[in-house]
Amino acid sequence: MEPTASSVRQQARDWIEEHFDPQLSLRAWLERLADSGWARPGWPADWCGRGLPPEEAALTYAEFNRVDAPGPPAGLGVMLAAPTIIANAGDDLKRQFVRAVLVGDHLWCQLFSEPGAGSDLAGLQTRAERDGDEFIVNGQKVWTSMAQIADYGMLLARTDPDVPKHRGITYFALPMNQPGVEVRPLIQMTGESGFSEVFLSDARVAASAIIGELGGGWAVAQSTLGFERTSLGAGTGLGFRLTAPGGSRFLQQQEVSVGEFIAAAKTNPRSFGTGGTAMTTGGIAGLVRLAAELGRVRDPEVRQQIVRLHTLASANGWNGQRARAALKAGGRAGPEASLGKLMASRVARQWRDTASLIAGPLGMLAGDDGPLGGRLASQLLATPGPSIYGGSDQIQRNIIGERVLGLPREPDPSRTMPFRELKVGTQVQEQS
Amino acid sequence: MIFTFTDEQRELAATLRRFLQDKSPSAEVRRLMQTEPGYDPQTWAQLAGQLGLPGLVVPEKYGGSGAGPVELAIACEEMGRALLCAPYFATAVLAVHALLASDDQAAQEEFLPALADGTSIATLAVCEDDGAWTTSGLRTRARRSAGGYALDGTKSFVLDGHTADLLLVVAQADGGPSLFAVPGDADGLGRRLLDTLDMTRKQAVLSLDGVPARLVGAEGSAVGVVERTLRLAAVALAAEQVGGAQRCLDMSVEYAKIRMQFGRPIGSFQAIKHMCADLLLEVESAAQEQSDELPLVASLAKAFCSEAYFRAAADNIQIHGGIGFTWEHDAHLYYRRAKSTELMLGTPSEHREIAAGYLIDGAAR
Repeated sequence: MEPTASSVRQQARDWIEEHFDPQLSLRAWLERLADSGWARPGWPADWCGRGLPPEEAALTYAEFNRVDAPGPPAGLGVMLAAPTIIANAGDDLKRQFVRAVLVGDHLWCQLFSEPGAGSDLAGLQTRAERDGDEFIVNGQKVWTSMAQIADYGMLLARTDPDVPKHRGITYFALPMNQPGVEVRPLIQMTGESGFSEVFLSDARVAASAIIGELGGGWAVAQSTLGFERTSLGAGTGLGFRLTAPGGSRFLQQQEVSVGEFIAAAKTNPRSFGTGGTAMTTGGIAGLVRLAAELGRVRDPEVRQQIVRLHTLASANGWNGQRARAALKAGGRAGPEASLGKLMASRVARQWRDTASLIAGPLGMLAGDDGPLGGRLASQLLATPGPSIYGGSDQIQRNIIGERVLGLPREPDPSRTMPFRELKVGTQVQEQS
Repeated sequence: MIFTFTDEQRELAATLRRFLQDKSPSAEVRRLMQTEPGYDPQTWAQLAGQLGLPGLVVPEKYGGSGAGPVELAIACEEMGRALLCAPYFATAVLAVHALLASDDQAAQEEFLPALADGTSIATLAVCEDDGAWTTSGLRTRARRSAGGYALDGTKSFVLDGHTADLLLVVAQADGGPSLFAVPGDADGLGRRLLDTLDMTRKQAVLSLDGVPARLVGAEGSAVGVVERTLRLAAVALAAEQVGGAQRCLDMSVEYAKIRMQFGRPIGSFQAIKHMCADLLLEVESAAQEQSDELPLVASLAKAFCSEAYFRAAADNIQIHGGIGFTWEHDAHLYYRRAKSTELMLGTPSEHREIAAGYLIDGAAR
């Protein structure tokens, strides 16, 4: 290990020694953590971080996890909104939002995708029209996680339909607690509801809540998507093992002491915090156990597939390290993140196919009747997800082809025509 | 190998497709899959009365149509396309073939007419806890009792086993694996619906505790009965998979033509166009795998069609993107059915192993 890295770990250890106190309220601890910069040491020193390179920042969390110290609320605020604001917004917005995310005042959701704008995100139709110091927003968003509990949304809306699609988009911090915002749960093919549809009807947002420039939202969105790809791919799950509850609706949960919180989280891991979406890990332990139970560990086909799965999952871990290295070098998530994202969906499919090979006819069963306590069936149903959300496999391949390999772009007249003339969404093809 | 259909066969397909469009639209499939019986008795009665489908391969002397495996495959293909929720596969494929294979004329006379006219539904219970379609290592036992036989044990993965009026149960008797007839309301019989990935076809666990049973065929004859039934059922299931895969392809192509991204239909992008073309190749090849030549082709068909269907169902979701991942879209119903049928009646891997026995071991001998 490099001397600087170990000294960073030592610094974290020293700070914990001096400042970690289980008697503190959760709230007081989160504030102390945020103000010290240790909540996210990779963020700039001026904005609640310590300006450490990502590789070194990642090492420090282990010290906090050693004493079960809870970190800031998990979710899109820490993962996407704050990094985007730090990279793109003015100081007023940074002051308003960065610390608030770390102490848990605000939970965030992402208002990007629309029914008519998935892969072609820039084809989004939600309109924001100026009304004095405000904008009035109308449209529909979809695939929004945590919309029902979020305080703010990262909103992409069209402010100018007369210029080409990429140029007329603006990025806002939209307050979610207002009459013009209606959230409806969306049921996935798994039967679960992890996402919502968000209907915006004359919702209001201040002109001062624009992140970046008016009409400059596309570039800002790219930085958010870069952060998203890095975290959906492998290996960046490093961080606090325990995360505190947060969001304006959960603030009273921060009144407990850190000690009480840790004790409760250990007995019932689900009782605190807002949780996240379960991702396929590619882990083979459960599959090896299942194969042993079913007497299939000597089956050559089963062995081959388990090793293949392990190989892909390991390669994906290395991809993750590469993406972090790119972050370190370039300061923002590079297109290398697409490799991790693409590999993650491949790992998910390999897990599904290996599991179903091992389970054989038992794979027809779900719930309590199914293998691995029903996890095989639920994972099987979840597998199509990773190759669709966060940019489909097809889109990732385009990114890799064009931005990593430098292959020429496909001709795309839609980039230059005014948005008004563009066909978007699902419509009957007009034959001409 | 059959490359063309007769006019009658084409007529059967067209009639059944119209019937199913009317009686088994998506909304009805979704309603029925949430019910415990999992089928609509009225539709079942019409399927039997108007179309005579449960008795398709039942000989005419027992009230059936005396049709062959091609007609049965056509029926299964259409039902697979529509995801019909009905005990058709259990009754008209598994139970009818098992009875025909049993050579027990008395049992055929007694049971087949009610199956053919739809007044009785039936199923075949071969699998136990591990789900294997085999007669070796049976733990369900048949012992002689005063009136005939009594069965003890557990049968699982029994298609429509919770609603069947007649259960054909394979159990170990003194003379070897044997087939027994058990009425659905027999004393000592417990039935429990299983939680299944595919909600459009129900499966049950049967617990047998001294259940009175009637021997079908001779003691020890179930080995041949199950083997023959399995082959014929594998071909019928492969046909059902072709129907489902075809529907997935149709959905994909339809959507790829109307979904606009980047100012043009997504089907105009090679990434999507090539996926659709590959699917067509899979589906067309799968359709060619249907044949009445047994048994090598039965295994080849089951293995190939299983994988073609699952790929079509998975790619269909991918082509639809986010909307294809929602509950409200039908794509997942096909994905569930595809995976479930892939693992039913022997996995692709098991069927390829059977085929290897003929192709490799046979040739090497």
